[in-house]
Amino acid sequence: MRPGSEAELAEMVRQATGPLRVRGGGTRTIGDAGAGAVLETGGLAGVTLHEPGALTLVARPGTPLAEVEKLLDAEGQRLAFEPMDHRGLLGTSGTSTIGGVVAANVSGPRRIQVGACRDFLLGVRFVDGTGAVIKNGGRVMKNVTGYDLVKLLAGSRGTLGVLTEVSLKVLPKPEAVASVLIDGLDDAGAVKALARGLGSPFDVTGAAHLPQGPDGAPVTMLRIEGFAGSVDYRSVQLAALFDSMAVRVERDPQAVATTWAAVRDVAPMQGAAGDVWRISCKPSDAPGLVARLEPRAVVYDWGGGLVWALTSEGTDARARLGAFDGHATRVRGAGTTPVFPPEPGPVAALTRAIRAKFDPRGILAAGLPG
Amino acid sequence: MQMPEPNAGVLSRKARIVERLNAVLPGGVIHEEAEVRAYECDALTAYRCPPLAVVLPSTTEEVAAALKVCRAEGVPVVPRGAGTSLAGGSLPTADSVILGVSRMNEVLEVDYDNRFIRVQTGRTNLSVTGAVAEDGFFYAPDPSSQLACAIAGNIAMNSGGAHCLKYGVTTNNLMGVKMVLMDGTVVELGGAHLDAGGLDLLGVVCGSEGQLGVVTEATLRILRQPEGARPVLIGYSSNEVAGACVSDIIKAGVLPVAIEFMDAPCIRATEDFAKAGYPDCEALLIVEVEGSDAEIAEQLDKIKEIASRHDPVELREAKDADEAARIWLGRKSAFGAMGNINDYICLDGTIPVSELPYVLRRIGEMSQEFGLEVANVFHAGDGNMHPLILFNANQPGQLETCEAFGAEILKLCVEVGGCLTGEHGVGVEKRDLMGHQYAPEDLEAQMAVKDVFDPQWLLNPAKVFPLGVTEARRTAALAAE
Repeated sequence: MRPGSEAELAEMVRQATGPLRVRGGGTRTIGDAGAGAVLETGGLAGVTLHEPGALTLVARPGTPLAEVEKLLDAEGQRLAFEPMDHRGLLGTSGTSTIGGVVAANVSGPRRIQVGACRDFLLGVRFVDGTGAVIKNGGRVMKNVTGYDLVKLLAGSRGTLGVLTEVSLKVLPKPEAVASVLIDGLDDAGAVKALARGLGSPFDVTGAAHLPQGPDGAPVTMLRIEGFAGSVDYRSVQLAALFDSMAVRVERDPQAVATTWAAVRDVAPMQGAAGDVWRISCKPSDAPGLVARLEPRAVVYDWGGGLVWALTSEGTDARARLGAFDGHATRVRGAGTTPVFPPEPGPVAALTRAIRAKFDPRGILAAGLPG
Repeated sequence: MQMPEPNAGVLSRKARIVERLNAVLPGGVIHEEAEVRAYECDALTAYRCPPLAVVLPSTTEEVAAALKVCRAEGVPVVPRGAGTSLAGGSLPTADSVILGVSRMNEVLEVDYDNRFIRVQTGRTNLSVTGAVAEDGFFYAPDPSSQLACAIAGNIAMNSGGAHCLKYGVTTNNLMGVKMVLMDGTVVELGGAHLDAGGLDLLGVVCGSEGQLGVVTEATLRILRQPEGARPVLIGYSSNEVAGACVSDIIKAGVLPVAIEFMDAPCIRATEDFAKAGYPDCEALLIVEVEGSDAEIAEQLDKIKEIASRHDPVELREAKDADEAARIWLGRKSAFGAMGNINDYICLDGTIPVSELPYVLRRIGEMSQEFGLEVANVFHAGDGNMHPLILFNANQPGQLETCEAFGAEILKLCVEVGGCLTGEHGVGVEKRDLMGHQYAPEDLEAQMAVKDVFDPQWLLNPAKVFPLGVTEARRTAALAAE
């Protein structure tokens, strides 16, 4: 099924007699149980509004992410939440869509400073499981008119409805960038260093640690972005916080971009055998959690608040991690444990009841938990 | 403005209800007529109604116990932070119990390594920053009532402030909550980690105006204070030019922490009142940037260059803290200055920044039609307007004219692609305008969320949605009682 308009989509959902698998570009297959008729959003494409002076962009869900980025780039703007490209990690092909980014709330390293996709989502239109067309939010920066279903839809993975339009806040691209790099730290020392950088007044826009960097040795990374004079100043000040360590500053924009794209797309685990777990946790807990999990490889992003772990196939990471402030999702690999983290009883009950309200027949993304 | 008829059954059972509440909250129940009067309104003072009783719990467990009693008795509950809502968010009905969180104001945890603070929600906004300021940190959302307003109310209304252009509003700085549902269930959402494992329920709880649950604890993101901040004041001979300047600053990649806008009536009133030395012009911008001295200079140079292109009548940069304070003086006393000359209502619509000149011109025309003066002072960077409509409360009919005028301005905001409220919330004030922004099925989807969290519609039931739209739900719950 490939509707060409919102009205057509609504009719298809109303007429549906069995489960539907909503698909944007098919690049983010996490949790896709493979059951049901495929409903493609590619026919609902195109940017409908870009107002650079108001920092807003409105697009239909099937619009390729690359098209959005190209349009913004021409005005010196970007999606500041830095959505990751899952293709390398998941071994998928195809074209990532803006609807898919929103439906999975996909955010990259800059999430630690500017917020996640959900924080940039100003408004949505969607078709719920009954075929009703619903709008929420709008295209202005500040909006508290009624309940914020926009946040609820971001990351809902098609369980509440099929997006038909998204409004996003965009931001200007910086004039200059730099990375402050520290060599040779162990995981615990690295997370402490990242906390120190993030707790500084220097507006760090990326904070990651690779126990095995490009040359096999550990590297801890902090990113600075802004006007040229400011980036110079802040990278020197930031590096000075770590003057007892092996610290250096990378100022080549291409090198900085490559480094952070590798963190964003979890390059160290692309093509490597094993399961990949995504762990969201309190940053300072991260090294301890990794020690419990004993993964083959690990990437720390978000100052430690996001851990990518490569484990041997079939590992039940949750059993090894035990209880902690956060959750773990198996983004790659098979197994008997659920892909998405089980929620505590009362939260799971609320989630189930909300899904039943928006999709009483249970036909949307039926394979996903909740 | 209409409120539902109080439930006669509840009114007649007052003694029993108070007794049951007293049993679970000894020392935390107020029910004498003279005492409950203190809770008859919030900052929307035009509407008042003493509640049946007031409960002031000290713990999450006490909140749960009080809610269970109210649910068993079929009593509506109106949660209240500090009572500073401009939208009537905590306006009681005669059959309701006010649940105030003012006694719950402790800091529970401060964690600089992970950059969060966990507080009880009765704590005031400013005292959250107060708890971490000595160590160089702050909590970013800064509603102008921040000295008095409580975090509970900030979460309920998803409050903003002057600095949210850079730092975002409450929802962007709220990491987790502990909340109590109407049936007494305690739920924890989010925490010290950064995203939801499933549906983003925290995102919908924030801004739900006390209709989904009572939030008793909050985990809030704290940030390191910038090294410094400095404003520049720019005067223009027309609103259009000032609006164009705002748009160009934003497009240029400068991200000021605040861009404030004042129009001629506002400039003159504040100048008479505060004598900040503002130029006598049609439109004034205050743009503030942050960083080290050199970084501030770099950004201000860019802003001055852009501003100059639009031929300003005045361009004044603060050279030191004293000059900075003088630039902010007029803006910060704007509301006081207005209150000094007249009664006023403060609106809160948001519009796309590009529509600023058109909307200001239309407001000027409507001001003539309604015969009431309007002063505009607002957060221009994000299009969040605060038209102040001046009226005389002692003159019969003027409040009604003023409200009708206000409604027309808000409809205009929606027409140009904006919304009814940017940071104050719907409450009772804009409840009956919701149909202008949302179609019936849009409201139905929102109400479906309330059905899940509060199936009996007992939590703050007469707010947010037009009464006609919620009637079936509210009365079904009563009938089932």
